[in-house]
Amino acid sequence: MIAARELTKRFGGRTAISAVSLDVAAGETVGFLGPNGAGKTTTLRILAGIFPPTAGSVRIGDADLGREPLRARASIGYLPERPALYGEMTVTALLRFVVALRGTRDGTTPERAAAAALERTRLGELANRRIHTLSKGMRQRVALAAAIVGDPPVLLLDEPTAGLDPTERTAARSLIRDLAPRRAVLLSSHLLEDVSTLCDRVIVLHRGRVIASDRPEKLATRLVARSPIDVVAHAPSVELATVLARVPGVRRVTAADDEGPAARCRVIAMPGHDVRPAVAAAVVEHGWPLLTLARAEPSLEEIFLDLVERGGEG
Amino acid sequence: MRAAGIVARRELAALVGRPQAWILGGTFAVLGGYLFYSEVAFFEVFGGNRLTTGLWPFVFLDLRLVAFFVVPLLTMRLVAEERQLGTFELLCALPVRDGAIVAGKFAAAYTAFLAMVATTLPGPIVLHLLRPFDWGPLVAGYCGLLLLGAVFVACGLAASAASQSQMASAMLTYGVLAFSWYASWNEAALSDTLTPLVRAVSLFDHYAGFAQGVLDSRSVAYFAGVTLFFLFLAMRALGVRAWRGIG
Repeated sequence: MIAARELTKRFGGRTAISAVSLDVAAGETVGFLGPNGAGKTTTLRILAGIFPPTAGSVRIGDADLGREPLRARASIGYLPERPALYGEMTVTALLRFVVALRGTRDGTTPERAAAAALERTRLGELANRRIHTLSKGMRQRVALAAAIVGDPPVLLLDEPTAGLDPTERTAARSLIRDLAPRRAVLLSSHLLEDVSTLCDRVIVLHRGRVIASDRPEKLATRLVARSPIDVVAHAPSVELATVLARVPGVRRVTAADDEGPAARCRVIAMPGHDVRPAVAAAVVEHGWPLLTLARAEPSLEEIFLDLVERGGEG
Repeated sequence: MRAAGIVARRELAALVGRPQAWILGGTFAVLGGYLFYSEVAFFEVFGGNRLTTGLWPFVFLDLRLVAFFVVPLLTMRLVAEERQLGTFELLCALPVRDGAIVAGKFAAAYTAFLAMVATTLPGPIVLHLLRPFDWGPLVAGYCGLLLLGAVFVACGLAASAASQSQMASAMLTYGVLAFSWYASWNEAALSDTLTPLVRAVSLFDHYAGFAQGVLDSRSVAYFAGVTLFFLFLAMRALGVRAWRGIG
C-alpha cells in the first residue's frame, strides 16, 4: 500500500534523509523509530505529499505520488507531529472541511463521514465545541479524527499519542488497533510502548538512514549475543555500577531499582564479548555476595538504543 | 474549482468570525464615509455647481488611500498565519492543488474587500437623491477601485505566502504598493526614456483614469494582468516548501 524507494531529501546543503526505502502492506502497522533529528518527520511529510523528495519515488496504492499527487493524497490520512488545527472552527466543521477536500472511500456524504469519525474517536460530546476551547489532549484526538475521517486506506501518524494522558493514550492505541486491520499504518513515536503494543514491524531510522527493519522479536534475537545481563549483588548500587563499567568488554551499565539491601544493575556487553565470567569475578573480588547473574530479555528500548549506538552495524 | 470553493468558504468564515476583520471593515467604512463627506462639503463651499462632475476623482483617490491602508492588514494572515500556527501542514497534506489554495484564499479576501467597498455606497446614493447626477463616472470609479483592490489583495496574498510572520507580510505588501505609487511621483527623478515606462507600469497612474470617469480597456487588462502575476507569485511562494521545507 505504501512503497517508498530510495528517498533522499536535501534542504540546501543538509541531507535530512538518504536512500530511505520502506514498504507497508494493507493490514500492517509499522513503527517508525529514531532519535530526534533522525528524519522520521521528513520521511512522513514526503509520504504525505507535503513536499517532494529530492530523489526517489513513492507509491500509495496504485498511484505514484509524484505523478498523481491528488489521487495519492486522497488515500492518505495524516496526523502531523504538531497537530495544529483551525481554532475558530467547531470540531464537526473541521472534519467536514477535511473530508470535503479528501473525499470518502465509499462515497458517503461529508456529514455522515464526519459523524462516523466523531463516533470512532469518542468526540461526540465535543462536536459543536470550537477547537480553540479544547485542551491539548482533546485537540490531539480531534487531529486523529481529522486523519481518519473519510476512511482513508493509508494512515501516517506522527507521534499519535503525544500530549495525551494515560487514559486517552490507551484509548488512542485501542482506536489505532481497531483501524489497523483494513489499512496500512505507519506511525512514529517516542513512546516505545506505542510501538511495541501496536506494531507488527519496526523501522529504525538514524541520521537519515534506515538502520534496521524487522519484527520487534527478530530484532531482539539479533541482540542475543549482546543481550543484557542482570546482576544482583549485596553491594552499594553506585559502586557496583562503577565496578561493572570497568570490566573489559562492557559497553554500558544501567543501575535499576534496588531489591532491599541488594543492588541491581543491567550490563550490556560489546559485540562478541561474553562478559559473564569477568562480571562474576569482579563482584566476588570486591567481597560482594552475588545473588543473580542472568541474561535478560531485551526490551524494545534496549534494542533501539543498541541499534542507534551501533548505527545499524552487525 | 470545487476545492477552491471549499477553501474560500473556510477562509471567509474564519475572517467573519474574527473581531479584527470587523474592525478593519469598520475602519474602511468610517474613513471612506468621512472622506466622502469632507469632499462633498469642500465642493459645496468651493466647487459650486461642478459638484457632481468634479467630485468623483477626489472621492476615488481618497478611497484608494483607504484601501492602501486597510487591504495589507486584511491579507497579511492569509498564509503567514497558517505557517505560524502549523495548519499549513494540514492543508498541504489534503488533495488540493496550490492553485486551488491560492484561488480560494484570494476569493475569500476579495469578497471581504467587496463588502468593505459596499459600505461606501450609501454616500453617493444619498447624494443622488439630493442632487441627481450622471452615474457613468461613478460606475467607472468603482470599476477602477475594484480592479485596484484585486491587485492589492493579490499582492497581499503573495506577500503572505512568502512570509513567515503576519507583520512581515503586511510590511512587504505596503512596500511593494508604496513603491508602485511613488515610482512615478517625481518625474524629475527619472530620465526621459524611463518616465513613460514607469508611468505605463504604475498602478496609480492607471487608476487615475478610472477616478476621472474613464473606462479604458488597456487599464482593465493591465490590472487583470498584474493581479494574475501576483497570484502566480503566491503559487510559487507556496511551492517553495519543496526545497525549504515547511513551518
